[in-house]
Amino acid sequence: MVERTSVRSDGAGGGAGGGLGIALGDLPFSPVPDPGPRRAPAPRLAPVTTTAAVVVAAVALLPLLYLVLRAREVGLGPALDLVLSERTVRLLARSLSLAAAVTATAVVIGVPVGVLTAGSDIPGRRVLTVLTALPLAVPSYVAALAVITTFGPRGTIARWLAPLGVEQLPELYGFAGAWLALSLSTFPYVTLTVRGALRRMDPALEEVSRSLGNGPGATFRRVTLPQLRPAVAAGALLTALYTLADFGAVSLLRYDTFTRVIYVQYKGSLDRSGAAVLALVLAAVSLAVVAAEARVRSRARVASARTPRDRQLLRLGRWRFPTAAALVIVTLLALAVPVATLVTWLTEGGPAGLDLAATVRAASHSAQASALGALAAVAAAWPVALLAARHPGTVARWTERAAYAGYALPGLVVALALVFFGARVATPLYQTVGMLIVAYLVLFLPQGVGALRSTIAQVSPRLDDASRSLGAGPAKTARRVLFPLVRPGAVAAFALVFLTAIKELPAALLLGPTGWDTLATRVWASTSEGFFARAAAPALLLIAISALPLVYLALRDDH
Amino acid sequence: MHPNRRIVIALLALMMVGAGCSGDSDAVTVYSGRTADLVGPLFETFEKQTGIDLKIRYGDSAEMAGAVLEEGDRPRADVLLVQDAGNIGQVARAGRLATLEPALLDRVPAAFRAADGQWVGVSGRARVVTYNSAKLAEVDLPPTIDGFTDPRWKGRLAWAPTNGSFQAFVTAFRVMEGELAAQAWLAGIKANEPKAFPNNTSIVEAVGRGEVDAGFVNHYYLNRLASEGKAGAAKNKYFGNGDPGSLVNVSGVGIVEGGAHAAHARRLVEFLLGDEAQRYFAEKTFELPVVPSVRADPVLPQITSLARPEVELSKLDDARGTVDLLTRLGIL
Repeated sequence: MVERTSVRSDGAGGGAGGGLGIALGDLPFSPVPDPGPRRAPAPRLAPVTTTAAVVVAAVALLPLLYLVLRAREVGLGPALDLVLSERTVRLLARSLSLAAAVTATAVVIGVPVGVLTAGSDIPGRRVLTVLTALPLAVPSYVAALAVITTFGPRGTIARWLAPLGVEQLPELYGFAGAWLALSLSTFPYVTLTVRGALRRMDPALEEVSRSLGNGPGATFRRVTLPQLRPAVAAGALLTALYTLADFGAVSLLRYDTFTRVIYVQYKGSLDRSGAAVLALVLAAVSLAVVAAEARVRSRARVASARTPRDRQLLRLGRWRFPTAAALVIVTLLALAVPVATLVTWLTEGGPAGLDLAATVRAASHSAQASALGALAAVAAAWPVALLAARHPGTVARWTERAAYAGYALPGLVVALALVFFGARVATPLYQTVGMLIVAYLVLFLPQGVGALRSTIAQVSPRLDDASRSLGAGPAKTARRVLFPLVRPGAVAAFALVFLTAIKELPAALLLGPTGWDTLATRVWASTSEGFFARAAAPALLLIAISALPLVYLALRDDH
Repeated sequence: MHPNRRIVIALLALMMVGAGCSGDSDAVTVYSGRTADLVGPLFETFEKQTGIDLKIRYGDSAEMAGAVLEEGDRPRADVLLVQDAGNIGQVARAGRLATLEPALLDRVPAAFRAADGQWVGVSGRARVVTYNSAKLAEVDLPPTIDGFTDPRWKGRLAWAPTNGSFQAFVTAFRVMEGELAAQAWLAGIKANEPKAFPNNTSIVEAVGRGEVDAGFVNHYYLNRLASEGKAGAAKNKYFGNGDPGSLVNVSGVGIVEGGAHAAHARRLVEFLLGDEAQRYFAEKTFELPVVPSVRADPVLPQITSLARPEVELSKLDDARGTVDLLTRLGIL
């Protein structure tokens, strides 16, 4: 029986099991209302899992430890002055308002895109499924440059409108530009989580709602949407933290945020201690955001799913083509504009300066480091997620929060923290690809934890019990029962970390082997000197490679 | 086991083995805050001439300086090369650079190296005003940079307030002339409603096309564009006489204290201060050589004619104060 279940729900063969899920924290709901309060999992000790989770949490906390060490150099008085200064408060308010606006926009765009691509009769659904996830692969500095060259005061749109007598476009630099660029590159976080949740959602509740006379609109509003709330919250969390930590877009679009000030503190005067104090403030704010998301999640009732089956397709009727057009516009803005900008640079520069061999070598480096980093992040996320899903409690709560520590900090801070520990403690690993892999683990662990936790939560602990009662030990149970059921979530987590890692910059510059360049470092080296034509080829290749895991997932799940 | 899975595992194992390999340990490691496009050919020449291998980590100047600081007494770099004197000055103050010998230091005038001998400049750049020579003759330009605050320049100027080179210039202005003078100058220019550009190159191009009459930039962008025939009617005005309008900054090099290859690192610094490398800077990157016996490009002034010896370049690192000032004035 155990074997049969594992085969049926194993996404590879079993219908809606995995879904183009890329399911970040998507929490499925049982159509059968839970009888009374949620059943506590059997009080089982899990010494191995707990130990592993604590070790992972300790590694994830290294950047915070480094920040505390550096911040202590400042002394309490000056540190408090810095933290409580009018400027710090003002910049924090600017960062938070940007994060709020970007997150709201990402939800407004991401939820409908997710709903439509997960299950509707929209034309070109499979293609749109891949294309609407791809903006995640566009580095935020490329997205920002694309926004400037398209919507800027001397950009493409301005040139088109000039003959029509339009003298001036609305001011792009500042809040508006940063909001636009970041919203367009982060909404797929919400899309992907929503998509994953929908594809695992049991359709019975929706069917009941319709049979009671609710129309499709009312059913969606009153039944589907409330069930999506945890997934939306998980996607919103990733978006908000990404925005708080972003430097590329806000610096190019001249919006002074907290992260930008940390960079100025560092890059202008190499003030490591002052930067550390400010980074700790950002970490505290991020922790509050994480806790808020956890509250949204815990209010939702979670129960183990039954064997999933397909939802009824959302019939759009005469809205089929208008909604498809709307999605095409979103795709154009978020993906086609950056790609077109890059192609323009490429054609303007001509073949000169295009070092094909070096670009291909950099591509293989990028793929290698990102794939291994994603693998490490998912593996490290396993014990944390298992603990959170199966043994909730104080340890589980704090190891999970610790996992978010690196994700919410500016990449430069995390990279320098790892230079500090790498050169002193992990000497053989420092400046090898292995060190880069550790960095990706620390930076992107939350994406793995979110995806795995929600998938593990779907698997009834009773399956474990059955396996154990049949004589299998914990290791065998994990291997034969749990892992096959959770695999779709693990694959999705891998893809998401891969997408994020391949465009990462500071760690690649500081921690990889000396003289070892990646696509992201090549793009940076060229744009920083104004050689945009030379940046185009590696940037396009970066986006193309990122598409591969998405296409794989789309083809695998969508049959 | 599924055959696909075996392939995947084999592939991953292969990648792991690749990941574990690290390079040879005889090579001199350079952390370079200047990009491969600018200094790569120079490093290649050094390798060919000396047979010494270099391992070069390219990155942002502050990041490379930061890496040397964080590695502390476990250094991996032998040589640190950065864009700005300010960055390398910080590393020197933290005690992470070895003192260079007088034979090396003495090749460079005192204004372009550390007083305590821990770093030395390798190439210089000057701030200039680039102007459209079809619309303006040089005599139409004011004799000092203060003259551009005159209302007759309203709507005719360009600057790049978010650009690092502009902010470094403002920092120097504050150190040289004082906070109040810098603030007054910025407020005066702002009142003339200059057009804001993202970087130096786009300013020189706009001046060359005549979209604006004059702009505040580093000198060599004009020469680089001119060598590609893209400079249009743009020309550079050097102020001299120690005017902040022609402030000089240098990129600097130092030998990391406790590095494993001190002797070879010294040869690299010697090479960078040698005639061939200095000529490379003059001819290929249109920078100003810091070794007086090497002539700058004929269109460029000698660096010594612009310098203000009393300004210590490595103290020009209060970027935060500059950002605060620009923000307060509503420029950023």
